[in-house]
Amino acid sequence: MTATPSNTVLTPELTAHWDEPDSFTLAGYRRAGGYKALAKALEMAPDDVIASVKESGLRGRGGAGFPTGVKWGFIPQGDGKPHYLVVNADESEPGTCKDIPIMLGTPHSMVEGAIIAAYAIRARQAFIYVRGEVLHVNRRVHHAVAEAYEAGYLGENILGSGFDLDIVVHTGAGAYECGEETALLDSLEGYRGQPRLKPPFPAIAGLYACPTVVNNVESIASVPYIIARGAGSFAALGTEKSKGFGIFSLSGHVTTPGQYEAPLGVTLRELLSLAGGVRAGHRLKFWTPGGSSTPIFTHEHLDVPLDFEGVGAAGSMLGTRALQIFDETTCVVRATLRWMEFYQHESCGKCTPCREGTYWIVQLLDALQRGQGSESDLDKLLDISDNILGRAFCPFGDGAISPVVSSIKYFRDEFIEHNKHGGCPFDPAASTLFGTSRRSTAR
Amino acid sequence: MAFSEQTTAELSRRAAEIIARYPKARSALLPLLHLVQATEGYVSDDGITFCAEQIGLSEAEVTAVVSFYTMYKRQPVGEYHVGVCTNTLCAIMGGDVIYAGLREHLCTEGDEPTGDGKVSMERVECNAACDYAPVVMVNWEFFDNQTPESARELVDGLRAGEHIAPARGADRLVTWREAAMILAGYPDGQATTGQTAGQPTLAGLRIAKENGWTPDSTAGGSGGSSPRDSTAGGSGGSSPRANAGGRP
Repeated sequence: MTATPSNTVLTPELTAHWDEPDSFTLAGYRRAGGYKALAKALEMAPDDVIASVKESGLRGRGGAGFPTGVKWGFIPQGDGKPHYLVVNADESEPGTCKDIPIMLGTPHSMVEGAIIAAYAIRARQAFIYVRGEVLHVNRRVHHAVAEAYEAGYLGENILGSGFDLDIVVHTGAGAYECGEETALLDSLEGYRGQPRLKPPFPAIAGLYACPTVVNNVESIASVPYIIARGAGSFAALGTEKSKGFGIFSLSGHVTTPGQYEAPLGVTLRELLSLAGGVRAGHRLKFWTPGGSSTPIFTHEHLDVPLDFEGVGAAGSMLGTRALQIFDETTCVVRATLRWMEFYQHESCGKCTPCREGTYWIVQLLDALQRGQGSESDLDKLLDISDNILGRAFCPFGDGAISPVVSSIKYFRDEFIEHNKHGGCPFDPAASTLFGTSRRSTAR
Repeated sequence: MAFSEQTTAELSRRAAEIIARYPKARSALLPLLHLVQATEGYVSDDGITFCAEQIGLSEAEVTAVVSFYTMYKRQPVGEYHVGVCTNTLCAIMGGDVIYAGLREHLCTEGDEPTGDGKVSMERVECNAACDYAPVVMVNWEFFDNQTPESARELVDGLRAGEHIAPARGADRLVTWREAAMILAGYPDGQATTGQTAGQPTLAGLRIAKENGWTPDSTAGGSGGSSPRDSTAGGSGGSSPRANAGGRP
């Protein structure tokens, strides 16, 4: 490319080398400039590293969007306690599928970022809590950590800096709740993965009651770019309060599903235009901006800037940029019921409103889906949801009610239609991938 | 039936290594449970007793942890444990039909394996591969873009002992017990086998490369001045920038 395109929509950085056959190896990562940021960071004062990440405007990519540098800055220094860094690699929010490809494609970006983060917060021990249900990711992460040790990026006196760090790869065992940072810490301590009351926040009393930073994989993997290229380069992308690039994951009824890395603030209309639009012959019905725990959107929201503020102002949350696309063949009651069955199954059981509320929501939705509910059930659903909202230790409960409240808000008539129809008026075969391909082959 | 002396010695050696990874012994409980599952194929009462003794916990404390996590099985499962994603997106894209078809085909209930001990199945929640929906896992390896037919062929092949490689995973599909050993923190040397990424993973990168887009190519750092083709209306995606290949 000779001319600088003025209309750059996608900005591959974390994803830039995924098309290389060995990008997951140390050799492949180094060829792309890997571990130069680490060398640079180790020559900076730890506080300057924190300042740089603060200045970049990087906000947590695991869903909550808390400024990463600020989180690091909360770690008390000179307190005489061990500090810990924990990378949350327990990706499991429905629709979210960005951290898994990072760890398959360029696990060293996470490892390098983790070493820099640990240096900044003065941790000598870090953990990568990897989701158990993805075997090859566990292999790749173990391999990357082993290569980093061999190259002297981990262990004692890293690159002659005097800084020591050990990383332990810790594998989970199947519990969505462990993606919540305090539940993750309980799990890492060998307990059931249930959340802790905050405060105290992990920065004060985290792993083993010591100051701990818990960061998402993508947040950590963004750190080498910020250090190598400067906070300003990162902050030049994105919007005023949502800086930088992020991976947007398109799935469902879209022509070309996949990973699209773009500055925050891109719209679904722009991304869909690159992805070939909704699958042929169909139109957009509803979508999630950031996973199932974020209230659904409809075609009205195609031009909402996908940044923390834009999505928030439109009544949802940016979450993990998990854009699950559903076309008009999809029954919103069925979709909502299935999400609620997930929340009921995964509720850790600690807080009564979440544990009991998700159970009763499933009962009501199931009856509605079978055409055996009543219109008053919708008010009951909203009432139960209201009694879960803000009444649980962790954000699970708030997230769980998102699909219920938002689907009733936008598709109230469809719930009632099930009653009139005496069951679901949709043909589930019409929304399947193979149902479509058969039909289009026949044409 | 307690473990044999030899098994206990081997397990104890590994348990000591696992415990040594952590500042506090109890943190080793999850990997230790993966370890006993690797030994017996499931977490037996003996396995629970072993873990409890290693860390100095009661059996009740260990059992409470086991019952919280869905990956620990309290009964034997198949040599190949199949997970069909039936969370909303995969279900709608075909996961429900795949699940029902496989259930009927295998004639099994719950986690129980087929008569030959080869295959068992369960529903799994979102496995973070939504761009490859509908997804089926075998021993936690990805089998992408499945159909009812491909899933049936998959389990038939597994039962017949055919060489079957995952879509995005190691060249050699490991057994359930071998997988548990990797999860306990003992990788099998297959990390560098298999591809870097599948086609959907590369969808955005390919378009960016065609257009010469990088983080440095943005003017003023905003993604705002971009094409505004109306594609969401279901025209079938005729944007010139759309990847010509469509679905794999």
